Amino acid sequence: MLAKRIIPCLDVTNGRVVKGVNFVELKDAGDPVEIARRYNEAGADELTFLDITASSDNRDLILHIIEAVASEVFIPLTVGGGVRVVGDVQRLLNAGADKVSINTSAVTNPQLVKDAADRYGSQCIVVAIDAKRAGDHWEVFTHGGRTATGLDAVEWAKKMENLGAGELLLTSMDRDGTKSGFDLELTRAISDAVDIPIIASGGVGTLQHLVDGVKEGRADAVLAASIFHFGEYGVDEAKRYMKQHGIEVRL
Amino acid sequence: MSVDIAVIDYGMGNLRSVSKAIEHVAPSASVVVTSDPAVIAAAGRVVFPGQGAAPDCMREIDARGLRQAIVDAARSKPFLGICMGMQVLFEHSEEGDTACLGILPGTVQRFPHEAMHDDAGNKLKVPHMGWNNVHQAMPHPLWVGIEEGARFYFVHSYFVQPTAPDVIAGFSHYPFPFTCAVATANIFAVQFHPEKSQNDGLTLLGNFVTWNPGERDTACDMSGAACA
Repeated sequence: MLAKRIIPCLDVTNGRVVKGVNFVELKDAGDPVEIARRYNEAGADELTFLDITASSDNRDLILHIIEAVASEVFIPLTVGGGVRVVGDVQRLLNAGADKVSINTSAVTNPQLVKDAADRYGSQCIVVAIDAKRAGDHWEVFTHGGRTATGLDAVEWAKKMENLGAGELLLTSMDRDGTKSGFDLELTRAISDAVDIPIIASGGVGTLQHLVDGVKEGRADAVLAASIFHFGEYGVDEAKRYMKQHGIEVRL
Repeated sequence: MSVDIAVIDYGMGNLRSVSKAIEHVAPSASVVVTSDPAVIAAAGRVVFPGQGAAPDCMREIDARGLRQAIVDAARSKPFLGICMGMQVLFEHSEEGDTACLGILPGTVQRFPHEAMHDDAGNKLKVPHMGWNNVHQAMPHPLWVGIEEGARFYFVHSYFVQPTAPDVIAGFSHYPFPFTCAVATANIFAVQFHPEKSQNDGLTLLGNFVTWNPGERDTACDMSGAACA
């Protein structure tokens, strides 16, 4: 039976992992390769790297990171952040990324999603949707949640599926950073509206939130950052908890 | 330079993962990613990966003049097909109504929309993406050291339906049983991605780089399983 996936997310800037990953006896808390290796050993099903490097001068550093991680860690790697043109997708795939996540540029240039999916296959194109509740629906935001688009998140998700996205990474901007759990209504609305897998993100504070994301939100995968980075819970611990609650996981 | 292992490059996606994983399990082997038919012909063993859509794959294979080299390799030396590299070994794919290489009898079909729900009625997503259990349908040297039912990483919307059931080496469920590994004399092909399937994937690749198809009976004895 297909397992629900747990995906730790690492924020990377200027070639270093930020947000203080709190593994015991980690020699270098910012070393992406060592952190990736530790997550791999803990049973992470995939890893997502989000490049938050502000300066375009240092953008190529993520390529070196992906090259180094892909040489040692043999699970799927997703990279997002600053993907603007098909050439960006190609560079990341060539460096060893298995999937590339497109966020703001999917809104400013939806054709990029289609072109990239046509060229490299839907299986490697993830569209990241940042959504915020607006009355009785949810609106898509870009630029890290700062810019409203006027787009309805459910309609947008269907459009991205039609353009060739192979997976959607859905983040609730209302819940992100709150540790109060996923926006389950949002997750379920989008998961029900499309046939492609949904990764739920934004708001995880407890292991029960992961269970709720799958059971109530009908997410196919759950992504979390801080609960793993700060050592509150291990990935293996999270999986055991999910299994105890009747969710199929890879142990 | 003699090439131990050629990874066939026909412009369909990410081959770095495949070559890196093979280098990891065979550090002393020379591993070359190539689109040169002569290099493929001279290599000791061949890996045939691939991502994307079947029509594009077939078009790119022919555009690079690789069809004969692939067919020859699949008939003569240890040959590992992965994902799209498994699907196009068959005769025909429903994806884009595409004629494929026809090395193995059978077809490739999409997960049918009407069947995609579990016992509880929950919708199952396509592509089939993630870690699923692989059941071994026959003893084989490439399964040695891998537990029955071990999980491998999948990402695909189409699956193969071999005409001859005796080539089925492994199957998975989504939600019905589908073939996810096939084996003939010197061909082993898998729908999942061993290069992305952590330790069990590396074990399978390690088995491939030491596999001598002529010595199958010995390997079956080593696995402790009875050979049919």
